[in-house]
Amino acid sequence: MPQFAVELRDVVKRFPGPSGEEVYAVKHVSLQIHDGEFFSLLGPSGCGKTTSLRMIAGFELPTTGAVMIHDRHMGETPPFQRPVNTVFQNYALFPHMTVGENVAFGLEMKRVPKTDIAPRVTEALRMVRLPGMEKRKPKQLSGGQQQRIALARALINRPEVLLLDEPLGALDLKLRKEMQLELKTLQREVGITFIYVTHDQEEALTMSDRIAVMSGGEVLQVGGAADIYERPNCRFVADFIGETNFLRGTVKEQKGKTTVVEVDGGITVRAESENSLAHGQSVTIAVRPEKIHLRPTSGAANAFAGRVEDLVYIGTDTHYGVRFAGDHRVRVREQNTDSASTPLARVGDEVTVSFAEAAARVLVE
Amino acid sequence: MSNRRSLWITLASLLVYVFLYAPIVVLVVFAFNSSKTNVIFEGVVNKGPCGPFYWFCVLFKNGEVLSAARNTMTIAIVSTVASTIIGTMAALALQRYAFPAKTFSEVSLYIPIVIPEIVMGIGILVLFSALFRWLNSAFGLQGDDRLALGLGTVIVSHIAFSIPFVALVVRARLHGFDKAIEEAAMDLGADEWVTFWRVTLPIIAPGVLSGGLLAFTLSLDDFVITFFTNGPGSTTLPIYVYGLLRRIITPEVNALSTVWIFTVLAALAISQRVQREA
Repeated sequence: MPQFAVELRDVVKRFPGPSGEEVYAVKHVSLQIHDGEFFSLLGPSGCGKTTSLRMIAGFELPTTGAVMIHDRHMGETPPFQRPVNTVFQNYALFPHMTVGENVAFGLEMKRVPKTDIAPRVTEALRMVRLPGMEKRKPKQLSGGQQQRIALARALINRPEVLLLDEPLGALDLKLRKEMQLELKTLQREVGITFIYVTHDQEEALTMSDRIAVMSGGEVLQVGGAADIYERPNCRFVADFIGETNFLRGTVKEQKGKTTVVEVDGGITVRAESENSLAHGQSVTIAVRPEKIHLRPTSGAANAFAGRVEDLVYIGTDTHYGVRFAGDHRVRVREQNTDSASTPLARVGDEVTVSFAEAAARVLVE
Repeated sequence: MSNRRSLWITLASLLVYVFLYAPIVVLVVFAFNSSKTNVIFEGVVNKGPCGPFYWFCVLFKNGEVLSAARNTMTIAIVSTVASTIIGTMAALALQRYAFPAKTFSEVSLYIPIVIPEIVMGIGILVLFSALFRWLNSAFGLQGDDRLALGLGTVIVSHIAFSIPFVALVVRARLHGFDKAIEEAAMDLGADEWVTFWRVTLPIIAPGVLSGGLLAFTLSLDDFVITFFTNGPGSTTLPIYVYGLLRRIITPEVNALSTVWIFTVLAALAISQRVQREA
């Protein structure tokens, strides 16, 4: 029984740059992806996520390092001999073939008998909820429908791993949300390992069992959605996933997890850290806007007086910009519950901002 | 006001059409002239078993014409097939690979389109005669074995001047070709060869067909380069017609031109149909 569906071992990819020097697309990436997992590679454009995916598919070969699929070393195996299939960003359907011919292409290449292909095509189209579309041409379908056909065309081959390269990027928001849930359901049904590339953090959080956050060709953190959101291990991850307030300061003392940080401007903040930190070490504290409150909650470790500078009402929530302790500004998100008609504060009001010790996370630069 | 303007536009358009097609209409009408000198139209000819198509019958009994037509078609078909294949390959290579001197290759490929045809014709003639003289003496070829200008040299020169046109048309079609479509085919288990035949070629086929059609028509009516590179027994229709004109313009020439025009029109109609179905 192989240990991992896909394993990247210290993979490096260099491209020749425009002026002759080598440019790193991927720097020493190691990843272990389990069987049946919905795994996302998340990062901004140019972070190396698509290059990593293309190395698994075989469209690019690593400069150094190894790509393993179910313990088999892929080496220079060309894409047409790898047990994986890809769903491309712009669908990449064959425009000169019908939907049926598109979906049947992979089986035809494997020389599956014609009599076996037809029922499997019917089944694959039913699975993506587009039954009876065999005779249509791709350009007669909407973007969402084309994406489902691309999915059916890949899944009909029963690949060991399905690679998805920003497959929902070209769809509008509403359709994208629908497809996210549908993809997740489909993945559970077929039980195939999905590796999903996206720059949309919300999409990654919604669908993934685990996420690898990438930046500058490196993997910064790997973990479940809650791990990455609640316990980011660096400033980039905290900033990229959701909205975060940062406060810079130096460590004053540490007792267990509790860390007291002296923040510039003469205030001290009690925060949590699993790492043992040296006295006087410079750190950044990250606090999510929804974990800060405008009135002192009983027992909050941190409470500071401030003034509301701006206010944005967005329906479900109200966002406040609060300045406190001289030059610090934080964003606070309060949910609009039944008393929503009267906001907690108005612009210019003096308020108290408070947050729990567990809400503040110490990040080491 | 708008009425008057649309009247002017209609009139102008009509004039353009008259300007374009009047010579062809006159040419076709004069193919039925009863006057042998063919300067004035003296009524529709009605001679022999063919009646008004007298000059067409004369034409089809003329061995020289038939042989010239055969040469023209042979040259056109062979050079079209060869230049379409080479031009398509060149376009694909320029589209997808990075190689040393790529810009130079690209520019030099299109130079034959802009340099005067007569320069190209003289160049090819000088090249062939120098090459043949050297080969003939190097291998001691005598008499009929000697390499000389003929059908072969015409075909090679037609291939040479058609390649840039094919490459240009195919490249236009390749522009915006989504490389992911080829990657999808490979991802689904097709190797490079199968991917080319099943995916790439069908998608670029309209471009390849247009390029081929362009090469075919260029070859059919080429005069200048053919004039420099043909030899005994490789006379083509344009060369033959030019020879006739120097003596006397009989309605036979018009009949020949009429047949020619309708052949090209038929080819065009077929290719349009094929492209629409693709």
